[in-house]
Amino acid sequence: MQTILSIAIDALAFGMVLFIICIGLSLTMGLMRVVNLAHGAFAMIAGYIASYVARDLGLGYAAAILLAVFGTIVIAIPLERFLYRRIYGSPELIQVLMTIGLTFCVIGITNYFFGPTLKTIPLPHALSQPVDVGFRTIAAHRLFVIACGAVVAGGLWYLIERTSFGIKLRATVDNAAMSDALGVRTQVVYAVSFAIAVGLAAFGGVVGAEFLPIEPYYALRYMVTFLVVVSVGGAGSIPGALIACLVLGLVDTTGRYLMPAFGNFFFYAAVIVIVCLFPRGFLGRAQ
Amino acid sequence: MHITAQAGPVSARLQAKGRWWRDAAGIALIASCGAAGYWLFPDNLALLTRIVAVALLVLSMDLVVGYCGVATLGQAALFGAGAYAAGIACVNGVTEPMTLIAIGALSGIVAGLVMGAVMLRAHGLAQLVLSIAIVQLFHEAANKASAYTGGSDGLAGLMVSPLFGIFEFDLWGRTAYLLGIVLLLLVFVVLKFVVASPFGMLCRGIKQDPVRIRAMGSFVFPVLLKMFAISGAVAGTGGALAAISTQVVGLDSVSFELSANALVMLVLGGLGTLYGALIGTVIFMGFEHVVSAINPFHWMTMVGALLIAVVLAAPGGLGSLVDKVSASRGGKA
Repeated sequence: MQTILSIAIDALAFGMVLFIICIGLSLTMGLMRVVNLAHGAFAMIAGYIASYVARDLGLGYAAAILLAVFGTIVIAIPLERFLYRRIYGSPELIQVLMTIGLTFCVIGITNYFFGPTLKTIPLPHALSQPVDVGFRTIAAHRLFVIACGAVVAGGLWYLIERTSFGIKLRATVDNAAMSDALGVRTQVVYAVSFAIAVGLAAFGGVVGAEFLPIEPYYALRYMVTFLVVVSVGGAGSIPGALIACLVLGLVDTTGRYLMPAFGNFFFYAAVIVIVCLFPRGFLGRAQ
Repeated sequence: MHITAQAGPVSARLQAKGRWWRDAAGIALIASCGAAGYWLFPDNLALLTRIVAVALLVLSMDLVVGYCGVATLGQAALFGAGAYAAGIACVNGVTEPMTLIAIGALSGIVAGLVMGAVMLRAHGLAQLVLSIAIVQLFHEAANKASAYTGGSDGLAGLMVSPLFGIFEFDLWGRTAYLLGIVLLLLVFVVLKFVVASPFGMLCRGIKQDPVRIRAMGSFVFPVLLKMFAISGAVAGTGGALAAISTQVVGLDSVSFELSANALVMLVLGGLGTLYGALIGTVIFMGFEHVVSAINPFHWMTMVGALLIAVVLAAPGGLGSLVDKVSASRGGKA
């Protein structure tokens, strides 16, 4: 019983980290139809900024998260303007190649400046302690991550379903040319949603650094994981991404707990089964 | 295409003859480049053999990506299947090199059939993700079955007997290199026939418009599966060649990174032309050899910048750039 509970908590926390990072990628792929393999690179950049702020400047965890998110968005905006805008609407292969190229560049440059070692982001005292929830104790950081995931899911749902920006966003997704003609400034919508996607990647990268440690190969190592999660969930769907993250988080964590020798085996086996059963992902749109 | 059809049989025959001459010249050029490599870089034959093996992998990827339009990032699974099959057979007493190559090609075919059967169920992004998942599964399997594959230590101790009982595999890798060049030429000639055959034309048609091909009464799935099998044979040959020449099979031969690099080489050279695959491989691996000797991380930055530049400046690859230049020259003349 104890084992099942701790597996469940870890799986939930890991799934939420995946969700926070991947929902941004899901937005870019579902909305802008860009296969952005450099998404993990933005999460990694945020991790480096947070580590620098928290360890070298000595500021608090909250400040580290804020600065990391803003810093990453500031880095991403010129990239959107000069690189991504040229590949909107290109074939998938072109997009994959350019974003892989971007990822390679980020890895090389990061390693040049920060070296190949692992960077840690020190947790504040309140988050590094176990919390007693009555029947057992749980690491506070896990609870924090789960709460963050829930807030992100709820906030995005509210943004897309209940605000006027959300209406413009959905209109642009359904028919960009028509909403342009109706007076929606689609370029602005694209830029803002790209910034939101990158910001979420940054947030997830910092919060999830305990699960996915920050090092130069981060961008390449987890690129495949993020891409897989999005395509399993169905690009552009928030509930789909949530289901995919929880299912894959559960499969991966359970596999690692019970049969650690097999590593990623169960994760990819589950992916093949799911993609064969649901070729468009759990809740993907028909194309 | 339309113009040849309208101009009548005479000019069509002339053009076919011209194409035949061009292919013969191209093959002669590849052979002379191979010979030049042998005489000019006698100390780097191991690297050159590696380039030949990877060129076979990139050729096999071109068949699937460039001629059928199936985007894949998992081609190294077929390469690795060939390499491990040849390696395991060699350790277990089958040491005749040509037999090992045949074993590699066969297991490449089997792996290609498995991969095609799974991948062709999906389309677009899901297909790409499936190919990644398959190569990762192959990687995990090779890692876990360490009793047969040596796991992360690699499969070492391949003692290959002399080629045809005469030519020993020496320390300088002369035999391995010449074997590789001859294999590459053979495969290239066969592939030239394959892609020019009605079957190859059908594959190109499927790449352009699968719905229309289906409406014309052809079955798409078996055609693509056949191409996957051919592609597997080529990649498996490359894998077996790599195993024979280095006498080691490592986990990196079935990795996602190798697939991604192969795709980069292919796009660098140009999709959908067999020459492009060769050009891309030679340029990429030549650069890699020089730059990564200085600092491997500068190499990553450079590849990244190169990729972005190719995508923005020459989406058809360097091969298309040559075509464009020669076309504009021809237009002026």
